[in-house]
Amino acid sequence: MDVLYFAWVRERIGLPREVVETQAATVMDLVEDLRKREERYAAAFADVTALRVALDQQLADFDAPLDGVREVAFFPPMTGG
Amino acid sequence: MRVVVQDAPFDFGQEADAFATGHTVSGAIVTFTGVVRDVAGGLKAMEIEHYPGMTEAALTEIAGQAVTRWSLEDALVIHRYGTLAPGEMIMMVATAARHRKDAFEAAEYLMDYLKSRAPFWKREVTADGAEWVAARAVDEDALNRW
Repeated sequence: MDVLYFAWVRERIGLPREVVETQAATVMDLVEDLRKREERYAAAFADVTALRVALDQQLADFDAPLDGVREVAFFPPMTGG
Repeated sequence: MRVVVQDAPFDFGQEADAFATGHTVSGAIVTFTGVVRDVAGGLKAMEIEHYPGMTEAALTEIAGQAVTRWSLEDALVIHRYGTLAPGEMIMMVATAARHRKDAFEAAEYLMDYLKSRAPFWKREVTADGAEWVAARAVDEDALNRW
């Protein structure tokens, strides 16, 4: 699946998007997989309460299933307006 | 209903005038414009990042909710991204309703949801460097009144 990062999550991980091969069943499982990769991922995902997630461009929860999801995006709380 | 996401500046007067013209059943037009402000002094620029695709979908969803809830005749949302200087207009909303209470409330609803539910992220650039603007609890709390 495509995994996208925005704002300081993108900066901390060092790239805007990547293709991730994963068996993760939920968003939180995916976060656990990513945390194990490298320190920069562990740093970006240290506190998921400071993050938001979108599945196929719809806001979702971290316990949401990833069945059929093609695009996952992680980002900080939004500051529009 | 119209939703626009662009990096270029928009002409507020022209947009407001075009929106206010030709709505025959609406007695009330409300517009709101957000401007880059230099809070502490020394702001060089405001950089706005967004999530192409989701941004348009989220704004369309939010505007659609407002149109339904307040029976608006029309709604307009324009939001910029990219690098903006202090004093530049970031975004505007406009609502057209039969009565002013609905037009004002719908505009406030649009603003509250745009702040916390549309995928934009602001970063302030000063002489000391660049810092992401943190989301404020008060903005999240503002959604509870709806």
